Order: sequence, then C-alpha cells, then structure tokens
Amino acid sequence: MGNVSVRKAYGEALASYGAVNPDVVVIVADVSSSVYTSFFAERFPERFFNVGITEQAMIDVAVGFTLGGMIPFANTFAALFLRTLEQIRTCVAYAKTNVKIVGSYSGLSDFKDGPSHHAEADIAIMRSLPNMTVLEAADAIEAKEMVPAVAEFEGPVYLRISRAETPVLFDETHKVEIGKGVIVRDGSDVTLVGCGVMVSRCIEAAKSLAAEGINARVINMHTIKPLDSSMLEKAALETGALVAAEEHSVTGGLGSAIGESLAERYPVPIERVGIADTFTETSLNYEQLLDHYGMRVEDVVNAARRAIKRKKH
Amino acid sequence: MYHSEQLVKELNEIARELRLDALEIIHERGQGHPGGSLSASEIVAALYFHHLKIDPNRPNWPERDRFILSKGHACAMLYAALARRGYFPREELHTWGHLGGRLQGHPDRLKTPGVDMTTGLEGHGIPIGIGLCLAGRRKGLRYRVYVLVGDGECGSGVLWEGALIAGKYKLSELTVIVDYNGVQLDGPVHEILPLDPLVDKWEAFNFATLEINGHNMRQVLEALDAAKEIHDKPTVIVAHTTKGKGVSFMENQSKWHGIAPNHEEYARAVAELKGRS
Repeated sequence: MGNVSVRKAYGEALASYGAVNPDVVVIVADVSSSVYTSFFAERFPERFFNVGITEQAMIDVAVGFTLGGMIPFANTFAALFLRTLEQIRTCVAYAKTNVKIVGSYSGLSDFKDGPSHHAEADIAIMRSLPNMTVLEAADAIEAKEMVPAVAEFEGPVYLRISRAETPVLFDETHKVEIGKGVIVRDGSDVTLVGCGVMVSRCIEAAKSLAAEGINARVINMHTIKPLDSSMLEKAALETGALVAAEEHSVTGGLGSAIGESLAERYPVPIERVGIADTFTETSLNYEQLLDHYGMRVEDVVNAARRAIKRKKH
Repeated sequence: MYHSEQLVKELNEIARELRLDALEIIHERGQGHPGGSLSASEIVAALYFHHLKIDPNRPNWPERDRFILSKGHACAMLYAALARRGYFPREELHTWGHLGGRLQGHPDRLKTPGVDMTTGLEGHGIPIGIGLCLAGRRKGLRYRVYVLVGDGECGSGVLWEGALIAGKYKLSELTVIVDYNGVQLDGPVHEILPLDPLVDKWEAFNFATLEINGHNMRQVLEALDAAKEIHDKPTVIVAHTTKGKGVSFMENQSKWHGIAPNHEEYARAVAELKGRS
C-alpha cells in the first residue's frame, strides 16, 4: 500500500473533469501550483481565474459565476478560507449558490509551515452553516472520485483535501455517494468512524485490535454533513460503542457531529480521537505531527478499548 | 443617446412615486432605511424604468441585465421599483418583513422575483458582479451587470479586492454606481471613514470614472449610456447624492439612516414629496 498525493489526485481529476463538463470554472487565490489547479489551468486557460490573494472576493466571484449558470471550484488553503466566513455564510450558504469550496492543505498536512497554516477548525465552522455539505477525501482515489460527485451535486459544498501523500485505501471501482458512509471493514465489538487520513489509521487500529480478539467495524465517513445517521445508528445498535477519529479539533468536528447524532436516540459510549482543544506546532515530518497531537494508531486502539469498557453489559 | 424632455419628466415622476412607496412601507413596517433609499431614487428609477434590459414576465431570463443592490439596506426602494415594474403585485409591498412573506428585511434572491442576488451585509456586490460578467462571457451572453454600492460600504475590504479583479479582467460589462450621499450609519462619511479622493481611488483601480449629480435624471441617464460605450475597462459612476433626498428633515441626517418615521413625520414627508409642504 503505497502513499499517493491527495492534492495532486484532486488537481488531476479536476483537469480531467474539465473536459467532461464545460460549465466548470476554477478560481484560485495565488496557490495554483500548490493545490494543483495548475493542471486545469494548462488545459483550460479560458476557464481558469487566478485572482491573487483576494480570498474574500474569490468566494464572491464564485457566487457570481453560479448566478451565470457556471459551476465554480474556489481553491485555496483550508486555513485561509476562514477569512471568508461571512462570504461563505451569507453569499454561499444562505443564498444557496452552487459554489464548490476546496480547502486544501487540510488538518496538519502543511506540517512544515506551522500552525498558521494548519486547519484544525474548518469542519466545525463549515458544518454549522445551514445548506452546507461538508466532505473530506480519505485517500487519493476518493479525492479523484469526489470531483465529479461534487460538481454534479446541486448546492454549496466544502471539500477538504490533504496536502499529504497518504495510504491508498481504495481501488478504481470506489464510488463516492455524498451523504453515504462507507463500511471498509466489518466488525461487531466497536465501530471506528474516521474521515480523511484517519480512515487509514482506523484500519490499522482495527488490525491491531483483531490481534487481541476485538472485532472492529471501520467506517469511512467522507460526508461529515449531512451525516449518515442511519449507518451510525446501525453501528451503535450492532457494536454498542464508537470511536470517532479525525485530523481536526475534537471540538465541533466529526466526533461532535456523531455525538449530536446519536445522543438522543442511541446514547452508546463514544470516544473522540483528534487534536485536543489546542493550537499545534511546526514539524519536519507529517506523520510525526499527527502522532504528537494524539492521532496515533495506538490512540485509536486505546480509544476503542475505553469505549468498549464503557459499554453497559 | 438623446433623452427627451418627456422621458426625463416621466422618470422624475417615477422617482418621486418610488420615494412615496418606499417611505410608505418603511413607515407601515416601522422599520427600514429611509436615508439611503431616498438618495438612490433617481438611479433606481433610471435603471428599472428605462435603462436595464429586463422582462418582468421572465425574471430568470438568462440574457437579462443584472442589478445587484450591494447596499441591500436600501431595499425599500428596490421593492418599490420591482412592484411598480410588475415583478410582483403592488399589494405585496405591505407584507414586507412579515414572517412567511417573500419580501425579507434585506433582498433575498430565492424569495423575491426580480431580486438578482441576496444582499444585506455590505461589500459583496462588485465581486459577485465580476463572476456574473465572466460567466456571461463564457456563455456568450451579452448582458451587462450593474452594482449599486453605498459610500459607507466603500470601507469594505472585499469591495476593493473586487475592484482589483474587475480591473484585471477589463470588465467593460460592469457598471458600478456609488450612491455618494456622504452619510453613513454613525455619522458623516468624512468623519467616520473618509473616502476622498474617491474618484481618484477608482481611477487607480483601473476603472473608467464618471462623476454626476445623482439626482439629476438627465445626468444619470447619460452616465449609464456613456458606461456602455467604454469597451476596455469597468466603469464607476460616482453619483453625488443627498441622504434622505426630498424630505427636508431627513436630508443629510445620519439619524435617518435606519429608522422609520412616526405618523406625524410620515405625514410631513408625504406632504413635502407631494409638493404640499
């Protein structure tokens, strides 16, 4: 299982999809060679708009494109989209415009540039907006599959794309259905629900748990909003305990969403793995940074053990 | 284009009636923004009753000109114009702000026929207009985009980001009109956040600039026409106006930015606008 660049897969898929759908336009705020919208730019210069470091206006320009019947993909680093929150809330979410917002360099994947560039709060913020759909690609294949899925979905979307090269989990037959979780491993003792790079760490954790006789189900929850609550309720009923794992703050992210979803009807034990309510640091190595901030495979394993222990027998 | 005396007279009369309609619904609702609605009357009248290529029977006609009321707080004026133009029944003006109604506190593109874009929080009209212009070019549609901004709104950073982008793409389809009434919510613009030299700023952002008296109908019409003849850059029309224009006690008063007149004040305002003061 080799590692493949998620951002590059996204960029290549965007360029390929540009040939299929002439209504797609790509807007970027001076980071085209970083987020690989450069591939689209080379093939479709007439549908590519680099607006410089004007993220707020970039979102509004994208809104205008939708009013003219186009499907704009607005691109920059996830951390930088936070400065556009009012545009996204008012002109995209409230006005329900068909803008596709792609937050690259998600989570800690821009390890070398440090906490200014890390995105630990974007899921929490985006999923709190009505009308917004929030997605995160678990690997390069899923990032590729998400491009047509997002383009053909009607409505505002926030798509989280990692800068990193991450383990490939799926093959070319993998299809993304927005709003539907993917069971990547079945099990009956506990369910590990991950998004993004943490799906691969959940799979590793499940292998480790199997060695001690614990049968863990693993769900790739690529759609954080709208959450696949029926899949989660089934998991709660059948496995009785859940672990949520995300490359994001434990405040307001996937784990919080799952807790909100299950608390009223299926209040099973839930443990959250993610960044504690803290800012992070710079590192020379991505994996080391994930490990340091509590997202080791071992952290998932320990969380699973705790969740199982809390089950009411 | 020559505009006949008759046309100017008719449009001035419409502007006066729009003022009366806007004040009526602001008074009736007990909420709204009279100052910035009254300052924009001639501009809105010229656009909706002469200049814009629109069809009220086809509010979503792809080839129509677009108008974005970036200073969305002046929506009483926009609603009055849309109703009078036939986008929705005039009686519906009286439902403005009612729970469940189609006329929201600020313009909502999904609820109100004829509203091209949802606005309310300042600054967005120009960059949104840019996307519309660029989409029109992609689709081969030759519509124009008009954005009315307030002067207080010119404090918004996103507005100037948009101005930079409009200059880059030489968007001659874009006409920005600044309703330069000189008064913002908290006081005179020159005290709160000075804009002068405003025309120079737009020049520096690579806009063609026109400076007019925004209450002189002929000047408004001629400026809108002149902007269509500029083919290598976007145009801004800096329209010098009077906040609260037409109602003596509202004119140039920041107090009248966002409050409704009481019964007595409303009666005085109507009398003045009807020439019976």
